[in-house]
Amino acid sequence: MVTAFYIASAMAIVSTALAVSRTNAVHALLYLVLSLISVAVLFLLLGAPFVAALEIIVYAGAIMVLFVFVVMLLNLGRAGEQQERRWMPPRAWIGPALIGAALLAELAYVLPGLPALGQEGAMAVKPVAIAMYGPYLLGVEAAALLLLAGMVGAYHLGREPDKEARR
Amino acid sequence: MTAVPIGHALLVAGVLFSLGLTGLIVRRNLLFMLLSIEVMLNAAGLAFVVAGSAWGQPDGQVMFVFILTTAAAEVAVGLALLLLMNRRFDTLDTAAASSMRG
Amino acid sequence: MTDLLWVIPALPFLGFLVLVFAGSRLSTSAVAAVGVGSVGLSAVLTLVLGAGFLSSPPPDGALRVTIAEWMSAGGFDVRFGLYLDALAMVMLFVVTFVGSWIHLYASEYMRTDPGYARFFAYMNLFVAAMLVLVLADSLPLLFLGWEGVGVCSYLLIGFWYQDDANARAAVKAFQVTRVGDAAMAVGLLLLFAHLGTLDIQPLLAAATAEWEIGTVAASIAALLLLGGAVGKSAQLPLQTWLPDAMAGPTPVSALIHAATMVTAGVYLIARMHPLFLLAPEVQVLVGIVGALTLLIAGFSALAQTDLKRILAYSTISQIGYMFVALGVGSWHAAIFHLFTHAFFKALLFLGAGAIINAVHHEQNIHRMGGLRTELPLVFWTFLIGGASLAGLPLVTAGFFSKDLILWGAFSAPIPAGNVLWAAGLLGSFLTGLYTFRMIFVVFFGAAHGHVHERPGVRMRTTLLVLAAFAVVAGYLETPHLLGHITVFSHFLASAVPVVEASEAVLASEPLALAVAVMVSLAALAAAWFLFLERRALADAIAESGVGRAVGRFWLSGFGFDRLYHWLFVAPFTVLAERNRSDVVDVLYGAIAAISRGLHYVLRTSQTGRLRWYAASVGVGAVILLMLLIRP
Repeated sequence: MVTAFYIASAMAIVSTALAVSRTNAVHALLYLVLSLISVAVLFLLLGAPFVAALEIIVYAGAIMVLFVFVVMLLNLGRAGEQQERRWMPPRAWIGPALIGAALLAELAYVLPGLPALGQEGAMAVKPVAIAMYGPYLLGVEAAALLLLAGMVGAYHLGREPDKEARR
Repeated sequence: MTAVPIGHALLVAGVLFSLGLTGLIVRRNLLFMLLSIEVMLNAAGLAFVVAGSAWGQPDGQVMFVFILTTAAAEVAVGLALLLLMNRRFDTLDTAAASSMRG
Repeated sequence: MTDLLWVIPALPFLGFLVLVFAGSRLSTSAVAAVGVGSVGLSAVLTLVLGAGFLSSPPPDGALRVTIAEWMSAGGFDVRFGLYLDALAMVMLFVVTFVGSWIHLYASEYMRTDPGYARFFAYMNLFVAAMLVLVLADSLPLLFLGWEGVGVCSYLLIGFWYQDDANARAAVKAFQVTRVGDAAMAVGLLLLFAHLGTLDIQPLLAAATAEWEIGTVAASIAALLLLGGAVGKSAQLPLQTWLPDAMAGPTPVSALIHAATMVTAGVYLIARMHPLFLLAPEVQVLVGIVGALTLLIAGFSALAQTDLKRILAYSTISQIGYMFVALGVGSWHAAIFHLFTHAFFKALLFLGAGAIINAVHHEQNIHRMGGLRTELPLVFWTFLIGGASLAGLPLVTAGFFSKDLILWGAFSAPIPAGNVLWAAGLLGSFLTGLYTFRMIFVVFFGAAHGHVHERPGVRMRTTLLVLAAFAVVAGYLETPHLLGHITVFSHFLASAVPVVEASEAVLASEPLALAVAVMVSLAALAAAWFLFLERRALADAIAESGVGRAVGRFWLSGFGFDRLYHWLFVAPFTVLAERNRSDVVDVLYGAIAAISRGLHYVLRTSQTGRLRWYAASVGVGAVILLMLLIRP
């Protein structure tokens, strides 16, 4: 169990690092999908099967697919890859890496020394569902509204501009 | 079974978050910046689930669902904006949209 | 009776309000009706109140009315309260009675002036403020009236403000009196700090109870109040504003700078006499100031050529007499002279106004002459006024009031009394000399100009009424030898102490009286000789080297303007020139400059680049976490 946890973690970290640093968009996306699946495994190991499933279905399955669609739409091609390479010489990594490392160092300073994990009995769907439609009902409704807003916004923004000028 | 120390799990989330942040700052292409944001959101969600698992409550998972919803909505709108930007500036370079200079 | 007391100052104030807000829409006669009527009604009310006061005097000598609370903070409690005792009654009568006649005169004198409504608005406001000053039962309220009359004086001196010189004269008057006002304010603070109250009667009672004669605090407070009085009454060293104040219309000069405002200082000292009794050195100083002033002003008046300036210096001189009386403790004499002076000085000013109007606004006496035949009524009334001023024996009010002062100085038990008496006699001679010089040069001799305009009914009536009073008002108080009428001092006795001379001194009263009579007659004779008979002699004296130098010195009022310019104005102007770029402003400019500098520095953080902002967020998060993790 524990080793599985560490292997999955390593996978997630490596694939995320790769995803962030690729010049080819599609490659980056695929690496990210891999990372998401690793995180889903982590969820399973932590005793949260519901969100593990959700991670795969929604995150990897819908959001990433949306990304892929857009990349296809953009039709970047080889030129895009070269452009990325031009924009990211090795020395460009220094500053950001430092910031990230500083943040990580602080987290590493704080986080260990917390008690152990792993309760008996995984958190199945039922308690989650009861929680969602109980105390968190308002949040659920709000999230639904958010989705509606996102949908309307995306539709409106993504429209072809009208042929005749409106004003 | 030996339990996973919560600190380590949160550290994993932290690492993923730092990677995402680094990617956000270093990349110039808007698409990759959006990608890095997704990475960060995912890392945050992981942290929540870990916490929920530590306390033995479903609240962490509920939060993750909310984060997921947010990410979905944000991706939709963000990508739409990305397409608009591409149409307007003919490039995905974020440096092109910097007319709000001090 | 008491209930109507507040109406007396309220009526002129109401007149002011009406004229300020609706004056431009009213006709000339309506404005005159409001302006003159408000003061006139106040006068009628005063007479009614006075009759009641005389027939049934109120208990402990005074009527008290409280109108409203003004302010109450900490231990400082002030009300709008009125206090009417015999002293206030006299002042009230002078202000309203003389005031309403002057208003009547002005309604004809100023009828062609475009600022007619404005004029009467200011005049009404002045009367209201003066009445508040006189009726106030507490020093803050008195000070309110005091400042009010100062403002109105400024407004009225600079009435024809389009001419720069008038505006400057107004500012000068205001600034010089301000110096006195500042001293007075400090005096008020001192009195409050020591005695805890500023209501006049309780304050005076506390002062006499707590302070011994000669206490430092009492002396300083009295000295500061003297400073205020000196400023308002145009005495040494703050007398320089009054001659220039003649730039205002003549009715203004008559009302404010002869009859009422300039006497406010005398009123203040008389009102606060217990305080001055506690500070004998300051009281003597009052007398000395009065004596010096009356001599300086007397000499200056002798050399003036402007008709109104002669009268201005004359006013300064006569108020000097009042100060002498206050200095020797003859409070009733000072107020009596105030009373008679109001009549004859107002008469002289109004007569001067008629003259100036008649000779087409010429004010130089040497360019007038022979007006005796052209303006007979003006001549006779002016003669009566001048005679009263010079103190012509027995037939004029001025004789009795001035003699009372001289007697007070003579009979006073203090050592300085004789010096003051001698100064008063010399001043009396000078007064006669310059007064009759004025009369002889203006009304006698060859005519230089010709008469354009003769005074109308209202002006003539006013002159006649005032002339009558200038004669008979003196009979309210006569010396022992001449009937010993003591109506006036008896009336005032409930408000100010009247000191009777000892038997030994009384014996020399006939001698003192004779000397005074001889002096005034000698002055008349000298003026006759110099200015009527042997004009050539007078001219020769004036043209000689010494004569010219001395004449210039006297003409400039003993050079005080030059002195003050050298002492105060010039250094200030030099300093202002040096500080052209304004050192203090640099400080404020520095604040702006620093602000701008910071702006430019922070501006660089607004790059417009998205990744820069993202990096900033990251760095910020790192720093915040560091601060949180620290401990």
